[in-house]
Amino acid sequence: MKILVPVKRVIDYNVKPRVKADGSGVDLANVKMSMNPFDEIAVEEAIRLKEAGKAEEIVAISVGPAKAQETLRTALAMGADRAILVETDDEVEPLAVAKILKAIAEEEQPGLVMLGKQAIDDDSNQTGQMLAALMQRPQGTFANTVEIDGDSVIVKREIDGGLETVKLTMPAIVTTDLRLNEPRYASLPNIMKAKKKSLDVKTPADYGVDTAKRLTTTNVAEPPVRQAGEKVEDVDALVMKMKALGIA
Amino acid sequence: MKTLVLVEHDNQSMKDATLSVVTAASKLGEVHLLVAGSSCDAVAQEAAKVAGVGKVHVADDPAYEHGLAENVAPLIAGLMDHHDAFLAPATTTGKNIAPRVAAMLDVMQISDILSVEGEKTFTRPIYAGNAIATVESSDDKLVITVRGTAFDKAEAEGGSAEIEAIGGPGDAGVSSFVSADLAEGGDRPELTSANIIVSGGRALKDGETFEKIITPLADKLGAGIGASRAAVDAGYVPNDYQVGQTGKIVAPEVYIAIGISGAIQHLAGMKDSKTIIAINKDEDAPIFQVADIGLVADLYKAVPELTEKL
Ligand SMILES: Cc1cc2nc3c(=O)[nH]c(=O)nc-3n(C[C@H](O)[C@H](O)[C@H](O)COP(=O)(O)OP(=O)(O)OC[C@H]3O[C@@H](n4cnc5c(N)ncnc54)[C@H](O)[C@@H]3O)c2cc1C
Repeated sequence: MKILVPVKRVIDYNVKPRVKADGSGVDLANVKMSMNPFDEIAVEEAIRLKEAGKAEEIVAISVGPAKAQETLRTALAMGADRAILVETDDEVEPLAVAKILKAIAEEEQPGLVMLGKQAIDDDSNQTGQMLAALMQRPQGTFANTVEIDGDSVIVKREIDGGLETVKLTMPAIVTTDLRLNEPRYASLPNIMKAKKKSLDVKTPADYGVDTAKRLTTTNVAEPPVRQAGEKVEDVDALVMKMKALGIA
Repeated sequence: MKTLVLVEHDNQSMKDATLSVVTAASKLGEVHLLVAGSSCDAVAQEAAKVAGVGKVHVADDPAYEHGLAENVAPLIAGLMDHHDAFLAPATTTGKNIAPRVAAMLDVMQISDILSVEGEKTFTRPIYAGNAIATVESSDDKLVITVRGTAFDKAEAEGGSAEIEAIGGPGDAGVSSFVSADLAEGGDRPELTSANIIVSGGRALKDGETFEKIITPLADKLGAGIGASRAAVDAGYVPNDYQVGQTGKIVAPEVYIAIGISGAIQHLAGMKDSKTIIAINKDEDAPIFQVADIGLVADLYKAVPELTEKL
């Protein structure tokens, strides 16, 4: 079985985003960029399935600028076998990303496509579900555990009320949640080896996908800022404050 | 405009999250509800009473019992021949189903809206709520998920909508429900509707300590219990306790953060709370930058004392 793992290059999760003064977006100049953390979890899970003998090949895919090659090299250094960059400098919406991934899936015929549940930049939480719809295949979103069982994959999902387990006929789409695993760091020898792995560069047009945006962002603003309040001396002072608020 | 709202339910009763979505939908136009479930008549009756609802579509079929997206999305896509906008709560149910519907309709979804600014214009948080984007859709139909804390709840009583039974495509045959392991509600308020939330972080050490320190205070206040990702990852509490960018979004009257540093991902889930109280031993912890009331103290001493004195 082959596993496709789409990965996105995003602002590093430790960086506090700054809104541009002209309201056109978030300032990404000279900001540290990394692989979307949920995608790292997806790469890790694919590698673990391969190590367990459940998968033969892992193909990492990114849709984005030339710099996304770095993100793909990270996936390769972690243990993906080869990579495809669908290069574009345009901002590509989840629907168009899903269309590109569908076209790649038609060529590659994977048993699983494993994606992060959301990207921490646009926080859309859409791509995996959209891909599943376009491929007319089942989806196991917000995965907490993933287990291959013959022609099926059993996914335990993190839902608002707790956990839910579903059984999906493969090919299937899985999106990762935080508790699925703890991604490994790439070792130095593996980073060196990753440089020699194959990385194909394509364009959205190669897959016949129109990436024109459906949503126009007319403004990006700072959220209302909260002012820090006051610090109280001790528990007694806190109790007084809470009583004044009408609690307790 | 005619809107269709997904009713979130467990086949017995409607979930509160639905009511905020009704409010958002009513800003766009006429509101129809969809109850997709199995033996879900009680839910349909409840849905019909929601104020401002024109019609309730009920698809009662074993295939819809567990809300599997593979089965429910085609049902919704079919109904969208006669509706202009589909709205679902930004809960794990809505987030699972709505994008599948959007792709079937070739529509780009607008996730987690905070406000309705015009017929096709909405605001939504990006970058963990560190920026608010105003977006305008150019699609013919709209598919939207709604942030519950951003809209008042519609009145649960007062309406008398017509209930219409509908058929649907049924079981897509590619997925099945195996089991659920759901938190037992008990008397404790649900996180997303609690008036007061007591949340614990990594500093609570383990499940037993979390229970010993946090639960008595929450009991005393009749509060819901939340946690940081670190506390969930470490197994102190189950995943559904997680508050934050990638967990639950809450906005209670009072949020009490105990032994939580205040990472941006955590703040994203609670900074719209009315009053934030923080207890942390590090006076420079970022949580104090958003807290209305801060107490720099060792939680092991301060929290039991607080519980006793309240
Ligand atoms: C992709 C991604 C998504 C994420 N999503 C979320 C999310 O949804 N929600 C979330 O919460 N986090 C999320 N995080 C994690 C987030 O970045 C932080 O790591 C996490 O919130 C830290 O949890 P914490 O505050 O409990 O732990 P820490 O940051 O370790 O803070 C512990 C705090 O306890 C204090 N403390 C220690 N001992 C005591 C004591 N005895 N008395 C008083 N205070 C004490 C310390 O001073 C410290 O401030 C996400 C991270 C990533 C990468």
